[in-house]
Amino acid sequence: MSAVVTAPAVPRYRQPTRRGAEAGLLLLAFAVGAAAYVQVDLAILGKLASDTVPVLLAIAALLLLAHVAVRLLATYADPIIVPAVAALNILGLAMIHRLDLAEAQRAARNGGVAPSPDVYTQLTWTALGIVLFVTVLVVVKDHRGLQRYTYTAMFAGLVLLLLPLAPGIGAEINGARLWLRLGGLSFQPGEIAKILLTIFFAGYLTVTRDSLALVRTKIMGIEFPRGRDMGPLFVAWFISLGVLVFERDLGTSLLFFGLFVSLLYIATQRRSWLVLGAVLFTTGAVLAYLAFGHVRLRVDVWLHPFGDEANSSYQIAQSLYGFASGGMFGSGLGQGYPQLVPYAKSDFIVAAFGEELGLIGLMAMLVLYGIIVERGLRTAIACRDVFGTLLAAGLSISLGLQVFVVVGGVSRLIPLTGLTTPFLAQGGSSLVANWIAIGLLMRVSDAARRPDTESVSLEDAPTQVVAL
Amino acid sequence: MIRSVRRLAVVLGVLLVAVLANLTYLQYFAAADMRAQGGNSRVLLEEYSRQRGPILLGSVAIASSIPTQDQLKYLRQYSDGPLYAPATGFYSVVYGASGIERTENSVLSGSDDRFFVDRVQQLFAGRGVQGGAVRLTLDPKAQKAAYDGLAGRTGAVVAIDPRTGAILAMVTSPSFDPNKLSSHDPAKIRAAYNAYTADPDQPLTNRPLTMTLPPGSTFKLVTAAAALETGRYTPTTVVPGPASLKLPNTTKELKNWSGSACGPGGKTTFENALAVSCNTAFASIGLDVGADAMRAQAEKFGFNDSFEVPLRAATSRYPLDADLPQTAMSAIGQFDVTASALQMAMVGAGIANNGQVMSPYLVSQTLSPELQVLQNAEPVAFSQAMSPANAATLLGMMVTVVDAGTGSNARIPGETVGGKTGTAQTAPGKPPHAWFVGVAPATPGAAQVAVAVVLQNGGGAAEISGNKLAAPIAKAVMEAVLGR
Repeated sequence: MSAVVTAPAVPRYRQPTRRGAEAGLLLLAFAVGAAAYVQVDLAILGKLASDTVPVLLAIAALLLLAHVAVRLLATYADPIIVPAVAALNILGLAMIHRLDLAEAQRAARNGGVAPSPDVYTQLTWTALGIVLFVTVLVVVKDHRGLQRYTYTAMFAGLVLLLLPLAPGIGAEINGARLWLRLGGLSFQPGEIAKILLTIFFAGYLTVTRDSLALVRTKIMGIEFPRGRDMGPLFVAWFISLGVLVFERDLGTSLLFFGLFVSLLYIATQRRSWLVLGAVLFTTGAVLAYLAFGHVRLRVDVWLHPFGDEANSSYQIAQSLYGFASGGMFGSGLGQGYPQLVPYAKSDFIVAAFGEELGLIGLMAMLVLYGIIVERGLRTAIACRDVFGTLLAAGLSISLGLQVFVVVGGVSRLIPLTGLTTPFLAQGGSSLVANWIAIGLLMRVSDAARRPDTESVSLEDAPTQVVAL
Repeated sequence: MIRSVRRLAVVLGVLLVAVLANLTYLQYFAAADMRAQGGNSRVLLEEYSRQRGPILLGSVAIASSIPTQDQLKYLRQYSDGPLYAPATGFYSVVYGASGIERTENSVLSGSDDRFFVDRVQQLFAGRGVQGGAVRLTLDPKAQKAAYDGLAGRTGAVVAIDPRTGAILAMVTSPSFDPNKLSSHDPAKIRAAYNAYTADPDQPLTNRPLTMTLPPGSTFKLVTAAAALETGRYTPTTVVPGPASLKLPNTTKELKNWSGSACGPGGKTTFENALAVSCNTAFASIGLDVGADAMRAQAEKFGFNDSFEVPLRAATSRYPLDADLPQTAMSAIGQFDVTASALQMAMVGAGIANNGQVMSPYLVSQTLSPELQVLQNAEPVAFSQAMSPANAATLLGMMVTVVDAGTGSNARIPGETVGGKTGTAQTAPGKPPHAWFVGVAPATPGAAQVAVAVVLQNGGGAAEISGNKLAAPIAKAVMEAVLGR
């Protein structure tokens, strides 16, 4: 039985772009960040620093650039991601400015010359990051195009990841060999490698997901993928272990492996991958603990943060004191002692926020990260193609994992690692790489939210819908 | 795929909750403990970043905090540091605080709960948190007279207002300079501290409160009080006063310092026995009164008890289970009897204040940062050590000591002064401790000052040293209080 029915009248409906909401939220983000920046000045200097207004104007101009680019190039993209990122980025600048002032004061006390403010460098990197964000939107017209570069991305990613091990240009900073040093610049190539490998994982799994998901062998009653399908998993495992052992960084290792296993799980929907991944990582971590002194030291310091307070556990102890001193409400920006924690601008910037903004302020910032990750995963779900889903999910998950590893590390939930806090911490490679990742995410989001065929309604359609 | 992304979102959500829970533990539940840990220099920096309140005498600050340019924003300074050191104590980055700086820290640092309203006001006015002030009972002139009198010799002076218990002078010698321990240079602080602790004279010791020595003949005041309280003694009561007394149950002989009897026929009056500090007479009286009554009397004056003024004073001791010879020796302030200068000043003060002993105190007022009075000291009676009548009688006998006995050097023209000398034997070969306890004016219930002076191993021979060495200092202090 069949009948021809006319489709119900659908009102002409234009998918909202939500760019107005984004503009409003960006304004809010700027207001919050600028207020923090000004409060730092008022608390420490009692007046505005001479460069505060130009710095804030520069930030405003950069945000405007990002917003206009999104309006023109990714009209339908998520309206919340960029404002959340902007808020974190400006807060990071404010805290680096705050620590600059502390260093200047200390230099003045000791009769020395104040070191040149790091906030300028960070602002320059922010500018570069936003320019590259725009560049991604310009160059990558359709994220599906990236799939063509799956194996190029893998190769480039692996080279970047392993580059710090190369003698001559690789450099070891604070016990972790994660840096490249060329001339006066140091760069953490792992941050860029993170994006390239996400593209590789997404492309690779888009192709192989069916065989990985469907072809199984049974071992002792449990279904496992075939050995040949498991190959890439083991490769990823070995690489992440290599990072752990040779670059001495648990965080990066955990990040790459966690990212790969998560994407495997999304692509195949087989929970056995998660189990297998967890078992492999745990085994690897335990072996590394037993075999390598520096891993053992990290764990010992984690278990006994006040055991060797003068030496090995000095950083984490100072960090914990900072958090504790901040308490519920924090000392207020510019009124605590975050400069007592070593590397307060980079690795321990979260402790600085915990001390000066308190539990409440830090929670708000972590929720901002949560919102970015949630919007990213929402994009992954909304995306209509497998590659886009995996790419968006990969970028979001790596951001989420990284924040967990860093904040968990400085607050002693897990052992301390050398990862940086995205958008907050001082460091150009991280800032630039994360802005690029946000650019990609916005590109996928734009595709996901863009109406299928614009302004074609059923009534104007050349054929009728046939209900069976 | 959607389902697995959702599941991973939940996993990431769980990780976020774990981080937030851990931060909540760290910044809320464990925060207080962690702030208190030794390695946390923030507590110290915070304390130093507030202007600590001054320690005042009248309206003059003897300790105050001045702004500096270094990381510790305020420097503690003491005017006349060594003079007031046993009262103020020090405030050190390295060694913490002592004295009033320690006991009154919550007021001085501004962390006292009573400052809550002030802190809120300061917050809104945009001013830094300031500490409150502490005003001491010390009399600058008395303090100076005592310090100059000791002139660097090892000893202590305590002067009390008998009517209230307010401490008017509290001096240690040799003293230390709290400025040296309160600087911002840890190396210099350590060097100064090590030099002080290596000094055989132990300048960091708070002698007026914590140095307990045998009080010698000054303890005869307690024995005399016990005797009067039995009701069997008046100043004219005839007591035995032989040249030497065989101690019961032993073969030992107790001798007078002069080697002769205290009166014709080995007898003398009670009053004269005190005036000439007759050892054999007071040993006999002690035996007559009995160990229990002697101990009870000593404890009424404050022996075997501890005082916080609010600095903690060492406990002065009267033996708990003295046998007969021990009771006889204790009655003249030897054997195991030990007393601080504070304790002996309290004995004099109790006698002068109609037998009522007031609890000693050093802080007269605590004030808010705006110098509004938070709390005034309330004088508290410690005990009624003897009846007002007996106290008046004993005060009269003390006047005789100064006017016609061993305490001649404490005489102040135009004032009635009561007193008692003491010279306590120490280890053989070491000079005795010289003591003097004085009160002026010696009018029952109207005395303005009771003073105790002790010179540790002060030197000199026999009974004369109390009068020769200690009495002039006591006199100077009493004159200073009386404004003469």
